[in-house]
Amino acid sequence: MGIDEIILLEHGSGGKASQRLLEEVFWPHFREVPMLDAAMLTLSRERLAFTTDSFVVDPIFFPGGDIGSLAVHGTVNDLAMVGARPLYLSAAFILEEGLPLADLKQVVASMARAALKAGVKIICGDTKVVPRGKGDKIFINTSGLGLIPEGIKLLPENISPGDRILVSGPIADHGLTILASRENLGLEGLESDSQALNHVVFELLSQFPAEIKALRDPTRGGLASVLHEFCEAAQVGIFLEEEAIPIRPQVKAGSEILGLDPLYLACEGRFVLACEPGAAEEIKAFLQGFPETRETAVIGEVLSEPKGLYLKTIYGGTRPVPPLSGEPLPRIC
Amino acid sequence: MAGHTQGLSIIVKGVVQGVGFRPFVYRLAKSLNIAGHIRNTGEGVLIKVWGNKSQLEAFLKGLQEETPPLARLEEIITRPLNGTPPEGFNVLESEAGHKQAKIPADVATCEACLAELFDPQDRRYRYPFINCTDCGPRFSVIFDLPYDREKTTMRVFPMCPECLAEYQNPEDRRFHAEPNACPKCGPNIWLVDKNGQKIDTEDPLSYAIETLRQGKILALRGLGGFLLACDATNEKVVKLLRQRKRRPQKPFAIMVRDLKGAERLAFLNEEEKEILTSPKRPILLARKKTPSSLAEEIAPGLAFIGLMLPYTPLHHLLLREGNFLALVMTSGNLSGEPLCVTNEKALQRLSDIADLFLCHNREIVQGIDDSVVRVIEGKPRLIRRARGYVPEPLPFPYETEAILAFGAHLKNTFTITRGKEAFVSQHIGDLEDLETLNFFKKTLKHFKNLLEVKPQVLVCDLHPGYLSTQLAAEEAQKKGLPLVKVQHHVAHAAAVAGEFGLKPPFLALILDGLGLGDDGNLWGGEIFKIEKGRYERLGHLLPVKQPGGDAASRETWRMLLAYLYEIFGDETSKIAEKLLPQAYHEKVPLVLKMLERGVNSPKTTSTGRLFDTCAALLGLCFEQSYEGEAPMFLESLAEKAQKGPIFSLPILQEKRFMLDARTLIKDLLKNLDKYPREELALAFHLSLARGFKDILLLLSQKTKLKNIVLAGGVFQNKILTEALVESLNKEELKVYLPEKLPVNDGAISYGQVVWAAWVYERDMAKQS
Ligand SMILES: [Fe+3]
Ligand SMILES: [Mg+2]
Ligand SMILES: [Zn+2]
Ligand SMILES: [Zn+2]
Repeated sequence: MGIDEIILLEHGSGGKASQRLLEEVFWPHFREVPMLDAAMLTLSRERLAFTTDSFVVDPIFFPGGDIGSLAVHGTVNDLAMVGARPLYLSAAFILEEGLPLADLKQVVASMARAALKAGVKIICGDTKVVPRGKGDKIFINTSGLGLIPEGIKLLPENISPGDRILVSGPIADHGLTILASRENLGLEGLESDSQALNHVVFELLSQFPAEIKALRDPTRGGLASVLHEFCEAAQVGIFLEEEAIPIRPQVKAGSEILGLDPLYLACEGRFVLACEPGAAEEIKAFLQGFPETRETAVIGEVLSEPKGLYLKTIYGGTRPVPPLSGEPLPRIC
Repeated sequence: MAGHTQGLSIIVKGVVQGVGFRPFVYRLAKSLNIAGHIRNTGEGVLIKVWGNKSQLEAFLKGLQEETPPLARLEEIITRPLNGTPPEGFNVLESEAGHKQAKIPADVATCEACLAELFDPQDRRYRYPFINCTDCGPRFSVIFDLPYDREKTTMRVFPMCPECLAEYQNPEDRRFHAEPNACPKCGPNIWLVDKNGQKIDTEDPLSYAIETLRQGKILALRGLGGFLLACDATNEKVVKLLRQRKRRPQKPFAIMVRDLKGAERLAFLNEEEKEILTSPKRPILLARKKTPSSLAEEIAPGLAFIGLMLPYTPLHHLLLREGNFLALVMTSGNLSGEPLCVTNEKALQRLSDIADLFLCHNREIVQGIDDSVVRVIEGKPRLIRRARGYVPEPLPFPYETEAILAFGAHLKNTFTITRGKEAFVSQHIGDLEDLETLNFFKKTLKHFKNLLEVKPQVLVCDLHPGYLSTQLAAEEAQKKGLPLVKVQHHVAHAAAVAGEFGLKPPFLALILDGLGLGDDGNLWGGEIFKIEKGRYERLGHLLPVKQPGGDAASRETWRMLLAYLYEIFGDETSKIAEKLLPQAYHEKVPLVLKMLERGVNSPKTTSTGRLFDTCAALLGLCFEQSYEGEAPMFLESLAEKAQKGPIFSLPILQEKRFMLDARTLIKDLLKNLDKYPREELALAFHLSLARGFKDILLLLSQKTKLKNIVLAGGVFQNKILTEALVESLNKEELKVYLPEKLPVNDGAISYGQVVWAAWVYERDMAKQS
């Protein structure tokens, strides 16, 4: 690989090489970034939402996406989950010396596409280069700013007994895809579900502003972890129907052979919502009308007791689903 | 009258309530012509007697020497007494007070009651609830102490004049038999179909028997909960029960008419006959006779069978009047759930399984399973400790506050200490089910109330994912109590030491399925030097990977692959394909990749997984449908062999001593065509026993410790255990193998309280 084709320490020096990197790689895609020390914004009186997230996925390219699109989707979705309309993103890169320039270009282009599609602007950024071995190819941090329309109040504390739990599509796709491609396991038919959810969430909240109690994206820790947060916040129990939880057959088979519980595997393009019981079917039908959420399903119900998360199995038993405590460890004697 | 009259107050502690103790004392006093009275107290019984010196001496002597069979005296405190003696000898009402009294366990129907049950002239002829002070329900119907009818679920049945007369007559066998009842005044039985519709019949018993005869499945409410029954000689209905219960392989226990019948079905030695007929009436695991009239489906692929004799009047009636040789009697529950206890619950949970429900209205306070016993090394060893044994306490000779231990994740029990005793709960089950979790909580509350203790120290396992650990952490936080965490196998060791009063230091060999080690790996083939509140891991099996975590505990073929991978590396897949059925071939490359890349493949030293490996190697079992299936198949196969080669396992020394089982797997593989499978199965057991003996001997010499504790689920295996114990005895090592508690995870909670006490004593010693 030629010297100009990989990231070198001098690309982070602030000198000419840095300038060249900006001109060749970043500016063509991030047209909204002003040539100033900071972006200046004019905001309305609406409530602001602000979030940040760092992305360190390995591999950086995977079926269904890459670290660039993921860095946009992750932050955009976090904003959407509090009901905000995402407006601006920052993008900070930590590059490892030796990263092929072509890879970086591909990531940046993908980021720009994802931002365009989500309707957010990338308005500031930063790039640092670390010596070989001090990083892993590419780390991206994105921060996001969004506005919360009036009347939106999404709070897990408001979840109450009787409420229904919905998930916007099959679970565990992203987590299993990343693991399988990182370890080169040769599992077929896997694809990350990484996508931006802000448009559909905006429509959803406009349509059902009062009925929806809480939204959350089940990223790290998966569906189980998000629902545990709901239980904890509202001091309730959540009972899931095993049969109702959408999961792709290849994902199910893959988790089985790896011995992993899909309830704990990450999604990057799904959300979980809690809503009033009467609205559940209507919300489901509404969401099924959007491509991002076509496979929305009602998966469970909120009870006052016992607290915690439970799974009603297809055989009629009810299994407690404990919160994740570190790495999942075998328990069978 | 010789000599002048003096008074004596006597407090007797121990198992003295609900065991015919008061009538015994009454008769004793009468026979000696002694005046006074007796009453049950919260602590035991209080006797006040007046007589001359020799009368009183004779009374005290009789008290200790003629004790009724079910009673157990632990302490007798005497004090001189003033005051005037009453007229004659009286039995007084119980008094409340501190609840230090023992809670009696349930007792199988006695011979005297049985004779009446089948005597057409008797007023309790065919009455399913007949009992007396020597027999009947106790623990399962008591909701508070002292043990009095008012504190049992029998309080809703006022006695008829005849029953009351028996109850009040100190000369009668039923004097203060708290659950005393008859057809006129007591509980009764009835039948409903699976929709809860009452069956219109004069004689529910005969109707139920007829239903069983027709090859149908009966759910019957028994002593500690519902049981599912069907004719054990009818292959078709046994298969149907398997299907409906979703229990493809796991053996069913059977209830046999009498000892003679049992001898037709199994080889029984004197020890085993005694267990079968004991008032505790556990299920006995014994060697099956083949061929027999039993359905093969009862215990497919196994050389042993679980049998018990009837222990309630209802059982006796069903078996005798129905003239059944044996009935399947398996727990009335959905797989993974606790026994159904109420009529409503049974209808709700079992309506897809049973054709008919035999209900009754003597409420059950505490659901309790049948206990399971196996004779190993000439002594009864508990596999499951429940009915008949619980709530007898275990020793706890330490000065600590009340401790509550939450036990393991599977085969859970909890333990509460009170003074110098530890109360181990009945088998609760696997905490992977909400109903079982609720059962845990309910039983814990019940024990706390009965024992009247508020635990001040909590103990749990090291494993953060155990539901028991999470419950303990919640409780500790809520109540602001200290929480002690104990490594699983160290708890196994402490449990045995506690039972025998063995003081550290000693060596412990723990052969187990799996527990979390303090290094984050999965342990299960460990040798420790145990000191007070401290341990050192001196040796273990050579670690291998467990590809897929829990999945590899169910699917034995994964462990076979893991061992093969350790031995053959890149050559593994060719060898594996020869050993594994076609269906697994497509999964082999992926699991090999998991091993290679370390994906969800924690390291394990588990002996249970080694047994699984061998079962897969010999083609016995590739996926287990119940816990322990593969090792049980393996043992059953070895049972058929007269002899077998013995392979030697090298001991490697790194930081610790490691027994290398790879060579054993390699040797078995090499000899697959040379020996019959049963001889290889035996070879596996004997070689492993030899290997563990070698490493123990080495460590015993190094540490100069001669006391060896054996524990962990693997010691439920008779062949391995007996071979190992015999060889250790030959080396003049003193071996400790548990008798009062199961060797499996049922003992973990008790081990946890013992360990916590040691930690406490260690810290106290440091401070002073
Ligand atoms: Fe264990
Ligand atoms: Mg985030
Ligand atoms: Zn009796
Ligand atoms: Zn009566």
